[in-house]
Order: sequence, then structure tokens, then C-alpha cells
Amino acid sequence: MVTSMTRRQGRSAGLFLSPFLILFLIVTIVPLGYAAWLSLFTERSSGLGLGGARREFAGLGNYVKAATDSTFQDGFITIGAYVAVYVPVMIGCALAVALLLDSGLAVARRFTQTTLFIPHAVPGLIAALIWLYLYTPGLSPVTDWLGQGQGSAGVASTHPLLSVVNIGMWQWMGYNVVIFYAALQAIPREVIEAATMDGADRMQVALRIKAPLIRPAVTMAALFTIIGGIQLFNEPKILAQASTSITSAWTPNLYTQDAAFSRNDYGLAAAASLLIAGIAALLSFAVMRLTDRRSQP
Amino acid sequence: MIKTLRRAQAAPPAAGSSARPAERHPSGPPPRTTTAQGPSRRRGPRAPASLSRVGVNLILLVVVCYTVLPPLWLLMASTKNLTDLFGTNGFAPGRHFNLPNNLHHLFAADGGIYLRWLWNTLLYAGGGAVLAAFICAMAGYAFDKFAFRGKEALYGLVLVGVMIPSAALVLPTYLLASNVGLVNGFWGVFVPGLVFPFGVYLARIFSASYVPDEVVEATRVDGAGELRSFWSVALPMMRPGVVTIGLFQFTAIWNNFFLPMVMLSDDRLYPVNLGLYTWNSNALSQGNPDDYLLAITGSLVAIVPLIVLFLAVQRFWRSGMTAGAVK
Repeated sequence: MVTSMTRRQGRSAGLFLSPFLILFLIVTIVPLGYAAWLSLFTERSSGLGLGGARREFAGLGNYVKAATDSTFQDGFITIGAYVAVYVPVMIGCALAVALLLDSGLAVARRFTQTTLFIPHAVPGLIAALIWLYLYTPGLSPVTDWLGQGQGSAGVASTHPLLSVVNIGMWQWMGYNVVIFYAALQAIPREVIEAATMDGADRMQVALRIKAPLIRPAVTMAALFTIIGGIQLFNEPKILAQASTSITSAWTPNLYTQDAAFSRNDYGLAAAASLLIAGIAALLSFAVMRLTDRRSQP
Repeated sequence: MIKTLRRAQAAPPAAGSSARPAERHPSGPPPRTTTAQGPSRRRGPRAPASLSRVGVNLILLVVVCYTVLPPLWLLMASTKNLTDLFGTNGFAPGRHFNLPNNLHHLFAADGGIYLRWLWNTLLYAGGGAVLAAFICAMAGYAFDKFAFRGKEALYGLVLVGVMIPSAALVLPTYLLASNVGLVNGFWGVFVPGLVFPFGVYLARIFSASYVPDEVVEATRVDGAGELRSFWSVALPMMRPGVVTIGLFQFTAIWNNFFLPMVMLSDDRLYPVNLGLYTWNSNALSQGNPDDYLLAITGSLVAIVPLIVLFLAVQRFWRSGMTAGAVK
């Protein structure tokens, strides 16, 4: 009886799951497998290149080549620096704004939240374009105020990292404010009342009671931001059009694109892609474990 | 490994005892532990109010300005001609109101290709998101409501999918597509948008929190097939969640610029962001300053419907994003 029920449910589950699983196979597993296969070979043009390219087995050669390529390593250093600046600044500001909204002193809370969410509706590429213009002397009212008017490329050249951070900040801060604010609203009012009765002022309540209580939400947001950071591509790709400081392999994703289409080295591009995917997966796994352990008493 | 992951993400069935076990968005609120340090025992004289009403609202106003000034600049720039674009303050209107002219140029450029880009984007992002949300809802519902062998192992596969960033899949997808001749075609960009592992994870949570098991049991007792009870009972109950998943994937596809850039060479297949990118690079590198106005007006026309859409379905994303956070 029970088994027949399970079997029936199993059939239904197969029906419900197959669209996702089949597409997942086609879009994720097979490409990864094909990339893994390609990454084992290298193309060598023979002689003067007249005989066409010859495919040779390279073993892990492409992985070694990518991992020891200082340009590829620099990409990860860029990402590291980006994450080190972006995550604390963006998450910190989002938390501060959410706490201010929740302080009981803010007017027009709903309007503010909705407004802050608008950049999230703007596609990343268009956001980057707008900011590229806002960084360009002559086009931008902002750079003139900042005294960055000299030079043709503007802020994107003089401060490439900060100009990319600012775009991310503009796009994602409001999104996190909405999440943090909702988490703050869920804190039982008695906890806050008790603290107030004991003489804590608003600042103390915000920093010592509310902020620690929503720490898991903040940690998760930071995790997603880090994973997003590894994928950095759109903003530097746009800014590179005008900025001399952003090279064609500034981030790992730019490196893979460069390897595939400028150097026509598909083996290397495949190996680099798999390294990025692996590092990203490992990192998110590690962070999840870490947050898991911390949230369990 | 999978097991830890699952615990970390507090998948619904494991969450156990609390009254609303699964209502947790991953970036949502904590499982509420009441271990917060109690209020400080210090009962000294009340500190002077550290936050004033004026101060708080002033800071918030500054943040709101930071948010709205870039779109305001875009709006102003779209109304200018090329002279005013470089000659007048960015946040002020130009000397000539040139918006109708700019719009005319935008829709006439390259034989009206901009409209085609918009249409492509609607197909890639809109069509892809609707289908993806439906596929995720079915899968998440199955993981939540059905008992079958190998369930948790399969779910582990989904979680691994969540951890692989989509950008890292672009090159592998391109390499595969070029091998089977799907490069520079609609499907090469459309199909990857249908797969959204994080959406399956969310759908499982939404199914657990919005669709009571008893309701599903009742439809079974009434003799409804599983597909029917999903379609006419469970799906409507999960609607805010499904809309959220759809919106997430909609923005993800719309934002994805790496994939179409690598995959497409025929500009008639471009989504709007790739088209704007080429106009912008023409303006910068090939000395076609007129293309600035195309890229700027094109950006404005592309984002206005998006902002309107987000404001219109606010009710849904707000409740979906923050599911469980607000009582």
C-alpha cells in the first residue's frame, strides 16, 4: 500500500521534475563536460600555419597554463580587491539605511524603499552605460564637481576599481535595504521595548539589539554579493570602452573571453572557465558551511 | 557535502518544529534565536537622543538623491541635442527640447532595428522568465510534496547548480553550441535562460510555506490527478512566489550581456543591451557622436517599461522577496 503510493508519487515526481532536469542537463552538465573535454587539448598550428591547426592532447597543460598566467591571477586579485571594498561598503550602507528606516524617525518609509529599489529594475549594462557617461568629463555634471575634469577618460581611468564599486553599490544597495528592513520588521517589538525600558537609546538599540538579530540575513546577502563579484563582467566591459586602466583581462571572465576570441585558444578558455566555476562553487560552499556553523549554537 | 549544504540553506522539510517552518528566503530573516544579548543593564541617566528626526531624514534624502540622480540625468540627456548634451548641466533641461527628434532617430536608425531589439529582449527575458518560473514551480513543488527515491540526491544536484555562477557557464555553453551549430541563433541565448536552479530552491520553500499538505491530500482524496491539483490548486496558492521567481529570472536574463555578446553576431538577433553596447562603442571609438544620443535615448526607452513593471507588481516581489520576514 505504502510502496504503491510511493511509486505513484515517484511517477508524478518524474513528470514534474523532467522539464527542469532535462534542461539542466543540456544547459549545465553537458557544456561543463564538453568544456572539460576541450580543456584537455591544445591547438598547435604546424609549420607556417598553412597546414591548419592540429589538435594535441595536453593533459592538464591548459589548467597549468591558466593558473600560472599572471594575467589570470591578476584578474582574481582585482576581484579580491573589488570584493574587499564593495561588500563592506554596500552591505554596511544598506544595513545603515535599513536601520534608519526602522528607527521610528523616518518619514515616507514605503516611498523611500520603493525609490531605492528602482536601480534594481535597471539592467546592469544600462546602469554601467549611465555611469560611464556620468564619469565622462564634459558629459557629466558630477566629475566637474569632483575636480576630475582633466583627461579624456575621467574617473573610470583614474579610479577603475572605485568606479566599478560605485555602479554595483547603486544597483544593489536598495535591494538589500528592502530585505534587511523586512528582517528588522520581524524582530519582536517586546525585545526592543525591553531594551528601551532599560535605558538604551535609539542608537544603542539599533547597533546592539537590532543589527545582531538580523545577522544571518546580512551574512546571506554578503555571500550572494561575493558570488556575484566573482562573475564581474558587465561593468568593466563597458568602462573598458573608455578607460585605459581596465585591460582586456581585468577580471577572470574577461580573461576567458579574451582567451577564446582574441587568442583563439579554446582549450585555455575552457580550462579557465572551469577554474572560475570551481573556485566560485568552493567559495560559496565554504561560506555556507561557515555561516551554518555560526548560526548553530 | 550536500547534507551540510542543505542544512545551511534550511530547506523546508528539515526545518522542523516552528509553526511556519519553511518561510525563509535565503537572504531573508534568521531563524529567530532568542539569544540576543539582553538589553544592557546600565541604567544611567538617559543618553541624549543620538538620532534626531531631522538627521535621519536628511541622510535618507541624500541616499534617495544618489538613487534618482542617474536616471534623472538619463531623462534630461534624452531631451537634448548633441550641442546641449555636452554644453549644458546634466541635471538641467537643455536649451532645445529635442526628445521627439531623438525618439524619431532612435526608431528609424538602421532600418528600425531598435524595435527589433526590444522585441528580442521581450522574447528572451519575458518568454524565458515565464517558462523558467513555471518549470521551477513544478520542480520545487515535486521536491516539496512528493516522496520518491533519490529525492535528496537530486535536490543536492540542484544546490550544486545554485553554486555554479552562470557567467562561468557562458564559454562552455558557447563552445558546445558552436560544436552543434547553434551559435548565432535564437535558441543558443533562449534555452540557457530557462534553467534557474536557485528558482527551484525558492519554489520548494514557497510550496512548503504557501501550500498546506492537507490541501494536496484533499485534492488527492477527491480524485484529482497530480497535474490537475498542481495547476488549479497549488499553483494559484504559490502565485506570489512564482511571480518573484519569474522576476528574478527576468532581471537575470535581461542583465545577461556576456552570453548574447559571445553567442550572437547577427545584430538582428541582439537583445537591446547588446545593441546599446554597439551604439555606445561606435560613439566612442568610431567617432560617431550622434550614436551617443541613440544609446542614451535607447537606454531611457528600455528602462521606463521595466521601472513601470516593477512598480506595478511591487505587491508580489515585496511579499515574495521578504516571505516570512514580515508577519
